[in-house]
Amino acid sequence: MVVFEKPHALADVPLHYCPGCTHGIIHRLVAEVIDELGIEGRTIGIAPVGCSVFAYNYFNCDMIEAAHGRAPAVATGVKRSDPENNIVFTYQGDGDLAAIGTAETVHAAARGENITVIFVNNAIYGMTGGQMAPTTLPGQVTQTSPYGRDTSKVGFPVKVCEMLSNVDGATYLERVAVNNVKNVKNAKKAIKKAFQNQLDGKGFSLIEVVSTCPTNWGLTPEKALEWLEENMLPYYPLGVYKDKFAEKEDK
Amino acid sequence: MAEKVLMKGNEALAEAAIMAGCRHYFGYPITPQTEIAAYMAKRMPLIGGTFLQAESEIAAINMVYGAAAAGKRAMTSSSSPGIALKSEGISYLAGSDLPALIINVQRGGPGLGGIQPSQSDYFQATKSAGHGDFRLIVLAPASVQEMVDLTFKGFDLADKYRMPTMLLSDGTMGQMMEPVSLDMGEVKEYDKSSWAACGTKCEREHNVVNSLFIQPDELEKYNFERYERYAQIEANEVMYDEYRMDDAEICIVAYGVAARVSQNAIDKARENGIKVGMIRPITLWPFPKAVLNAAADKVKSFVCVELSMGQMIEDIELAIRCKKPVLLCNRTGGMIPTTADVLSKIEEANNIGGDK
Repeated sequence: MVVFEKPHALADVPLHYCPGCTHGIIHRLVAEVIDELGIEGRTIGIAPVGCSVFAYNYFNCDMIEAAHGRAPAVATGVKRSDPENNIVFTYQGDGDLAAIGTAETVHAAARGENITVIFVNNAIYGMTGGQMAPTTLPGQVTQTSPYGRDTSKVGFPVKVCEMLSNVDGATYLERVAVNNVKNVKNAKKAIKKAFQNQLDGKGFSLIEVVSTCPTNWGLTPEKALEWLEENMLPYYPLGVYKDKFAEKEDK
Repeated sequence: MAEKVLMKGNEALAEAAIMAGCRHYFGYPITPQTEIAAYMAKRMPLIGGTFLQAESEIAAINMVYGAAAAGKRAMTSSSSPGIALKSEGISYLAGSDLPALIINVQRGGPGLGGIQPSQSDYFQATKSAGHGDFRLIVLAPASVQEMVDLTFKGFDLADKYRMPTMLLSDGTMGQMMEPVSLDMGEVKEYDKSSWAACGTKCEREHNVVNSLFIQPDELEKYNFERYERYAQIEANEVMYDEYRMDDAEICIVAYGVAARVSQNAIDKARENGIKVGMIRPITLWPFPKAVLNAAADKVKSFVCVELSMGQMIEDIELAIRCKKPVLLCNRTGGMIPTTADVLSKIEEANNIGGDK
């Protein structure tokens, strides 16, 4: 009896991610959800620029590589090309989504674009070697904040779920993490709901996954998880930031 | 002959795009091309198409990229500063071998420039439409009828060669009204199933639309392949028009609105006994090099008429290997040369002879 196997939507290729990086877990969760909803044949994924740039090789559904930050705009074009059939998701990091692509993110949400956004926040630019991100914590040391992020000079981190919760067009915003089994399970539930919303035509869903970067944080995978719990989660509290339809149901 | 209707250039262009099967328009407002967006906003919802006003030119071109990647005919329109913002996306379209039509209704520059007609994006369109090794097919209409015909043709060329095509127009072409025929024949369908990201239906391997190739030899291979396609385009798709060239001793080279002014000047000069004609490039890339080079063996000089500080003139000199002098007759910043300006330059060309 098979008790555990690779999701069909996840390609059978080695991932390039560093040891201890949580991209692998998040990829798997997205693939499991695609399998469970039976939507692989109608799903089109949009890969970002950043560590997950090669995501187009890792999913078995059709994939498109977008320019840095432009994934929500590309997703809009794909979704609008066949709104009844296409299930479209973007997979983006913090630099991609919350710095260079802020306008595309906010306006896709404002339009209520019927897409699913998977936002991986690890507070650093990983692919380019560990520079300060829009989500880098105050005081956090990176290659371009070598004395720690000085909020008096470079300002404060962008809290994406909180920011988008004020956008009327956004449907569902939840911040999750994959640092332990309980959180992984909850993350899967959130990702599934974000895809289900799209299937139901409910509009823009974004799941922020607070993630680690052991390599650029300069920590072992285990220490990185501890650092996430002690530093990231207090600044980026987990939870549902908006659920338009739940609110309606409550009323 | 098909029935003709009186239409404004920008609106005729928009209707031609719809007749060419384009159902996906993404744009951002900018003068002087807003009629295109306004027309699409009215028409697209009535025919099951998409009109979407994006948050920026950058977003608009990336929406085009998405719809094109999904295998649909998609377009955007803008004007000079807006096209500069789209250049990132244009490069990605080229690098991912995606067809799309991009309209540039040119205005004066640089910077915010002005809103009057210009041809100062010639370099941008033909040499530097974005980063990296690539070409755009660049079509230059000189009448409202050509706005229609070249829009239709532009979509076909984009699909045929799997690359972005630009229609390089200007404020004059966009705003003027002329009688046009919208009878353009059948739309040719292209099979995009081998590459379009429109869902595998779990019946095939996944398609990946991408321009990233980390291995340099792989990237080089794709660039070489793309340039082989470009060589075919240069061999097969050059378009130009000749006017009174049979016995011409002076050859005007002009496109778009500059060609319209030049035609009047040629007729006047001919009345004065000066043998002058015109070669009007319709494709700015591929540039009609061969016909210009052949003309250089017959005429004594060339006059390049353009609404810029002299951009196309460099391609003319290259095409004719500098065999004959090329005079520049130009206005810029939104100003248009008058018939008298061109006539005076023709007379100057007539006086210098060909053995300079």
